[in-house]
Amino acid sequence: MRAGQTVTTSGRAPRAAWWGNPAVRAFIWQALLVIAVISLFVWAGRNVAANLRASNITWGFGFLTEAANFDITGSLIPFRAGDTYARALLAGFGNTLAAALVAILIATALGFVVGVARLSRNVLVARFAAAYVEALRNTPLLLQLLVWYNVVLKSLPGPRQSIALPGGLLLNNRGLYGPWPVAAPGWSALGLGLLAALAVSIGLAVWSARRRRAGRAPLALWLLTPLVFIGLPLAAVWLTAGTVAGALPVTWPELRGFNVGGGVTLLPEFVALVLGLSLYTSAFIAEIVRSGVQAVPKGQREAGRALGLREGQILRLIVIPQALRLIIPPLAGQYLNLTKNSSLAVAIGYPDLVSIGAGPVLQNTGQALEVISLIMLIYLALSLLTALLMNWWNARMALAER
Amino acid sequence: MTMTPTSPACASTPRSAPAQTTPARPPQPTAGLLRGLRGLVSTPVNALLTVLALAIAWFLLRPAIEFLFINAVWSGHDRAACLAGEASGETGACWPFITRRIGYFVYGQYPEAQRWRPNLAMALCALNIAAALWPRAPYRGAALFAFVVPFPIISWILLYGPGFSGLVTVPTNLWGGVLVTLVISIVGIVASLPLGVLLALGRRSRMPFVRAASIVFIEVMRGVPLLAVLFMANRMLPLFLPPGVLPDPLVRVMVGVSLFAAAGMAEVIRGGLQALPKGQYEAAAALGLGYWQMMFTVILPQALTLVIPGIVNTFISLFKDTTLVTIVGIFDLLTTIDVSSRDPAWATPVTVSTGYAFAAMFYFICCYAMSRYSAAMERRLAAAGSRS
Repeated sequence: MRAGQTVTTSGRAPRAAWWGNPAVRAFIWQALLVIAVISLFVWAGRNVAANLRASNITWGFGFLTEAANFDITGSLIPFRAGDTYARALLAGFGNTLAAALVAILIATALGFVVGVARLSRNVLVARFAAAYVEALRNTPLLLQLLVWYNVVLKSLPGPRQSIALPGGLLLNNRGLYGPWPVAAPGWSALGLGLLAALAVSIGLAVWSARRRRAGRAPLALWLLTPLVFIGLPLAAVWLTAGTVAGALPVTWPELRGFNVGGGVTLLPEFVALVLGLSLYTSAFIAEIVRSGVQAVPKGQREAGRALGLREGQILRLIVIPQALRLIIPPLAGQYLNLTKNSSLAVAIGYPDLVSIGAGPVLQNTGQALEVISLIMLIYLALSLLTALLMNWWNARMALAER
Repeated sequence: MTMTPTSPACASTPRSAPAQTTPARPPQPTAGLLRGLRGLVSTPVNALLTVLALAIAWFLLRPAIEFLFINAVWSGHDRAACLAGEASGETGACWPFITRRIGYFVYGQYPEAQRWRPNLAMALCALNIAAALWPRAPYRGAALFAFVVPFPIISWILLYGPGFSGLVTVPTNLWGGVLVTLVISIVGIVASLPLGVLLALGRRSRMPFVRAASIVFIEVMRGVPLLAVLFMANRMLPLFLPPGVLPDPLVRVMVGVSLFAAAGMAEVIRGGLQALPKGQYEAAAALGLGYWQMMFTVILPQALTLVIPGIVNTFISLFKDTTLVTIVGIFDLLTTIDVSSRDPAWATPVTVSTGYAFAAMFYFICCYAMSRYSAAMERRLAAAGSRS
């Protein structure tokens, strides 16, 4: 299949000139490229050295352990003036991950709903889903973020006229306020119970699949899984505290004077970033879901019907597994895109990795080379991690045939 | 370690061979109006969905239409006209803010007497793109070449007006608005095409060093956010150059955007190279063509045609991504809107939202038109592929 340079010599005169030898040519080309790249690096390196000398900056990562003189508000990992620059970058990275994770959850849920809605036989629903996708996909994310932040959230009422949302949430122009657990043994038990429920339900799913492959009736997972997820955590709480309701204390947000106190506060920057990122990405996920479902051949459904499966079973056992095989790799790509896009937080002042790194850290230290390389390396590591995971997944999911 | 392309720049970029993964067409629900209408209430679930969709439309579309049209102010000289509606509690868009300042939004501070030059450059650009992309136009290859080599030079002379041209020099810090948005995205696409071809060929090369260099460049550029690349171009690039050499800010941003776009383009073109049947390579080799002859006369013309939809999709995301240059202080459309909305003469509560609405419409119209073209081209190519 490599027709490139190898084939030309065969069939010619036996004493071909040396420069006609593909191996020699390849060597010369590569040697030239190596020389060009090395000289470019040497040239750039010398320029960097000269520039740094001129501006009295010493190259190195020593600044990371020095104390910074700025605060970061609304950070997941607390940061105050006096902490190190390394911790500032870590706080930024934590904020990036927090925003990205929440946005990924919302984007996935919305994307699947809209993607399926686009395939609805209901004309109105399908058209609305299409309009949603086109409107969000064809306008820049930065513009959407600015609209959420500068127009929608800024026009909300002040704290005294907070909008009460279902679930005890309060929304005003200073952020979104919600209930938050107060540390208590009941909550730890609940967490452990949830973990146990996850493990048990995975075990049940594996067992059920094994039974089905062996030709026996599968377990009623649709009933068992919710039971496990409700029962185990509640049982864990009850065993630890002897009661359920009193063992899980919560603080609720409420108006105190001119501001809202108690509960947990999500800053408007965070809310705008998560809303913008998740809505934008959901449009792309919807398209992936749609084309994944449509790519399952019609014959597969028909074969399912011929076997006497019910429509729900056809969807669950035949269509969704095959569609997921096509959906998951591009979905991972979208998650990565979303995480990279979270760097637009700079524009609305959310303290993510890029806005802290390229903002106060760079301004205070002047170490442009080091800071920007660090930021790029962190994102690169995330990308490579995703790429490796996806390669593993693809190798596992690759069909034997074709 | 092989890294398969797992993260398409945008969802519609073909992940692997475009011929294999031609996405199925979106459903065409209106087979018959009557059937469609009956479909809205055919089952209880369907009826519920219909009601839900109508409710969402009522809550989302009604305020939008009211803001954009019904309550909007259409004429006036300054903010007074737009504040009149404010008293009655009806807030609508302040369109005079756009119509009075349209020149600034389109050209920035480009001198008014010289604005025929950007106009001419934009017209040339439109003609050239039409000639290169319209499927039935003659000499499409020549048009593509013109777009990559003579057109950028002519536009640069027209827009900048260097000394030898006899035109008044307009420094780039006066450029702004839509003009800068277009300049950056077109420079990005024009530079990324040849670079992307080279990188794609390099990634498929058998020479280990060439391949490694291409893979490293592509994966690094695709692994980091564009914003990081822009910061690199803005803050790091001057460090890499000899002391005292400071390129124009616009040029720095263009370098960053072009390198970033080249990596995405390389992956799109690689998809096309992989999609070509092996027989094409073998036939070219059997004819005794050398590597570059084979690439330029047999492989690339076919591979590039195959990936036209992917190239257009890359351009769409590049076009949207140019908005990021506002963060590094370049005067693109968003920056001009931001600056104008802080002008006291136009200070109203709806100024910012009117500006954003204008920008959203501009981007939507451009991107939607391009994505329609891309989809049509995809269908055309799929039809051509199934005929052979």
